[in-house]
Amino acid sequence: MSTSSQPLALSAGTPHNRSLSAQILDVTGLDPARCYQCGKCSAGCPMASEMDLKTHEIIRLLQLDMRERLLASESIWMCLTCETCTTRCPNVFDPAAVIDALREIVLRENPGLVPRRISAFHSAFLDQIRANGRVFEFGLVASYKLRSGALFADVDSVPGMLARGKLALAPRRIEAIQDIRRIFEQCAMERPR
Amino acid sequence: MSRIGVFICHCGENIGRTVDCAQVAQAMGELPGVVHSVDYKYMCSDPGQALIKQAIKEHNLDGVVVGACSPHMHEKTFRKAAAAAGLNPYLCEMANIREHCSWIHEDRAEATEKAKGLVRFIVEKIKYNRPLSNIFIPVNRRALVIGGGIAGIQAALDIADGGREVILVEKESSIGGHMSQLSETFPTLDCSQCILTPRMVEVAQHPRIKLLAYSEVESVDGYIGNFEVKIRQKARSIDVSKCNGCGECTKNCPNKKIPSEFEQGLGFRTAIYVPFPQAVPNIPVLDRDNCALFKGRAKGVKKQVCGKCATVCGRRAIDFDQQDSFITEKVGAIIVATGYQLYWIGKEQESEILHGYGEYGYGTIPDVIDGLQFERLASASGPTGGKILRPSDGKEPKKIVFLQCIGSRDRAKGMEYCSKICCMYVAKHTMLYHHKVHDGKAIVFYMDIRAGGKGYDEFVRRAIEESHALYLRGRVSSLTRNGDTIRVQGVDTLSGEPVSIDADMVVLATAMRPQPGITSLAQKLSVSYDLHGFLNEAHPKLRPVETNTAGIFVAGACQAPRDIPDSVAMASATASKVLGLFSNEQLEREPLIARVDRQTCTGCFHCERVCPYGAVERFEVKDRKGNLIKVIAEVNQGVCQGCGTCQATCPSKSIELDGFTDEQIFAAVNAL
Ligand SMILES: Cc1cc2nc3c(=O)[nH]c(=O)nc-3n(C[C@H](O)[C@H](O)[C@H](O)COP(=O)(O)OP(=O)(O)OC[C@H]3O[C@@H](n4cnc5c(N)ncnc54)[C@H](O)[C@@H]3O)c2cc1C
Ligand code: SF4
Ligand code: SF4
Repeated sequence: MSTSSQPLALSAGTPHNRSLSAQILDVTGLDPARCYQCGKCSAGCPMASEMDLKTHEIIRLLQLDMRERLLASESIWMCLTCETCTTRCPNVFDPAAVIDALREIVLRENPGLVPRRISAFHSAFLDQIRANGRVFEFGLVASYKLRSGALFADVDSVPGMLARGKLALAPRRIEAIQDIRRIFEQCAMERPR
Repeated sequence: MSRIGVFICHCGENIGRTVDCAQVAQAMGELPGVVHSVDYKYMCSDPGQALIKQAIKEHNLDGVVVGACSPHMHEKTFRKAAAAAGLNPYLCEMANIREHCSWIHEDRAEATEKAKGLVRFIVEKIKYNRPLSNIFIPVNRRALVIGGGIAGIQAALDIADGGREVILVEKESSIGGHMSQLSETFPTLDCSQCILTPRMVEVAQHPRIKLLAYSEVESVDGYIGNFEVKIRQKARSIDVSKCNGCGECTKNCPNKKIPSEFEQGLGFRTAIYVPFPQAVPNIPVLDRDNCALFKGRAKGVKKQVCGKCATVCGRRAIDFDQQDSFITEKVGAIIVATGYQLYWIGKEQESEILHGYGEYGYGTIPDVIDGLQFERLASASGPTGGKILRPSDGKEPKKIVFLQCIGSRDRAKGMEYCSKICCMYVAKHTMLYHHKVHDGKAIVFYMDIRAGGKGYDEFVRRAIEESHALYLRGRVSSLTRNGDTIRVQGVDTLSGEPVSIDADMVVLATAMRPQPGITSLAQKLSVSYDLHGFLNEAHPKLRPVETNTAGIFVAGACQAPRDIPDSVAMASATASKVLGLFSNEQLEREPLIARVDRQTCTGCFHCERVCPYGAVERFEVKDRKGNLIKVIAEVNQGVCQGCGTCQATCPSKSIELDGFTDEQIFAAVNAL
């Protein structure tokens, strides 16, 4: 996984409390020092083949305090939060929560690092929920394509999905849509750009 | 005509899988002299043994052959069963059709034929067996322990508490060994001195322990139960009977700048000195190489230089002319507990199979120290009073790097073995460092973490999780000077990241090696050792504290790298072996040893020259009036190991091994 050309110079006596590990500990109550790099998390991760850094590598870079590599990594956005890693970790560590915390740190400290397509998908998804209380697939796809610019990706799968009834043609709104909107307001969630 | 019974064992499937046991039994039944032949699934089991006992009685057998595993495994079992049924045990023998047949062959038909041959071999041999009875030799029920580290101390105390006398020989001026140098000990972090020194005092005060410090074993004669050991008491230059340990001499010695061995060169001592305040016995020793008076004498100066110590000693105990003295002790068992030394990375090595670390500067870079030096820095009674300070400038290191497996597991440097304890003490060092230097950072380079032991892995995890030691997996490629820091060049193989650290101090976990001089001691004792000089146990699993020489045992780090719990466990094991040996006034042993035919022996003494154990003695045959007729060979029953070398050498065929006479061997060979 090494890509850096400069050798890692472990900073002089970095007190443990200024490191990225310490930030994670604050947010999640989890200390990355717990991990002994067995790799069981990555072994079970359904997204592992898509990730530039596998789950255990993310934890290793945390132990080495490689902040920049980690925060710029696409992998933390690939995680589905299925929590297979968390369920299986022999150290009762919670890699899924750590990855979530890393995303929060990126959003707070440097939102520009979020990969465009991933941020587009998240926004489109949330727009759908806000509007209908559920996902309207056509609307989601259209909105995602506009935001991401990936206009023609995956179009060949549309006829098959239509035939199997996987794509509805008009949105159906849930009854308690007001409740959903209130949730959005209360969370005061910013739409990430 | 003999009445022999043959018993073929299937050993579960071990033999039965490849050998047709029923067919073997049937074929053996047809041999002349065999009156009974059967096969059974587990001959060594209770019902199996009952089969043998019953057959002996029913068929009035005068010989039993068991075709089964190796005699090493079960010969004793079957001989016991035979004896229980009233047959002389030496009329029962085993044919090995497992290790020598079923385990190493695949073709069933051929293996079955071979098994028949092997059993027939013993059937023919046993026709010439004679009933033999065990030999009894007297036992001198005192023990000698060589080495006064924690292993030797434990062994001596256990034996003495068990009611037997012990002579403890220690080559240094105090007992205690390496444990006395340690600060705190894994896996509990209790203070080494606090658990060790009371035991040292116990040794000194025990009515049944005779402590000979500053002494070495000169020569060993004899055999189990009857060793005679010559011990050299090195000249301390002090009359031990007069000295009361007041310490006036050491206080007044003007020569104060001699690097202290106990402090691993990090502190100083005087020329007349006690290695550490808790020393046992608390009697100084004069280091003649560094003493002004002796230097003056060596230069031939007429007038006496210095002599200050003698002037201040109120008890006139200092004796500059003392010589080494010798004593001889008779003991029945010997325990070797000579411990270890640490490998050193320098260019000069003690043996040509070892090499130093040029890539780490051959030990010339300041502030690159070893584990024992770190122990002294961390010790409350050490040269820095327990502060972690750099030897070069006394500054507190804020970034400290520990390197594991230095020398160990490094074939290029000559040591392929794992030193076993360093993973643990490095974890301990990072904790001690963390406790003492709160704002410091400890980084460890390791290859594997070997923490097998009760509470051990938990201990290492504490170092990582609570003391926040950063563990990087990989070997460091080089150490170089960089200003007043040390540049550490490595890679973390878990992340693939190259790492370059400017460390304030580097601690090397160097390999454990046996004590210097171990091989010459081993030769005196006829104990075998490995390539590195670690003493060999008789069997790695089943006889871990015995050696190949009966009556000599091993404990602690002289046998292999060991930590304190292991060393103590071994020591107690040797003590129980020794106490077992001493539980009878006489020692019973198998009679399968050489016997001289006094009629035919011509007294050429070829046997005496070839016997590897020195078991052949000279016997004077005299007539009734006491006139010497001839001098012939005689075998010392205690020493003979039954190897048979003499039998093969004797030109007049006058010396034979009982149980393996020429007659027996020829009969067996002719059966093939
Ligand atoms: C840096 C370091 C840290 C350690 N920390 C720990 C720890 O925290 N916990 C733990 O369990 N273990 C620890 N150990 C291991 C521990 O030191 C050993 O397990 C223990 O000392 C072995 O005891 P021993 O009696 O076998 O050998 P030694 O302690 O070496 O004693 C051998 C004795 O025999 C004497 N001797 C040698 N040759 C002769 C001879 N020919 N005639 C007479 N006497 C002789 C020596 O002078 C010495 O007194 C550590 C080791 C190191 C290097
Ligand atoms: S499963 Fe747990 S211990 Fe193993 S690598 Fe993943 S986080 Fe670390
Ligand atoms: S105990 Fe650990 S550090 Fe020591 S040699 Fe074995 S693996 Fe290496």
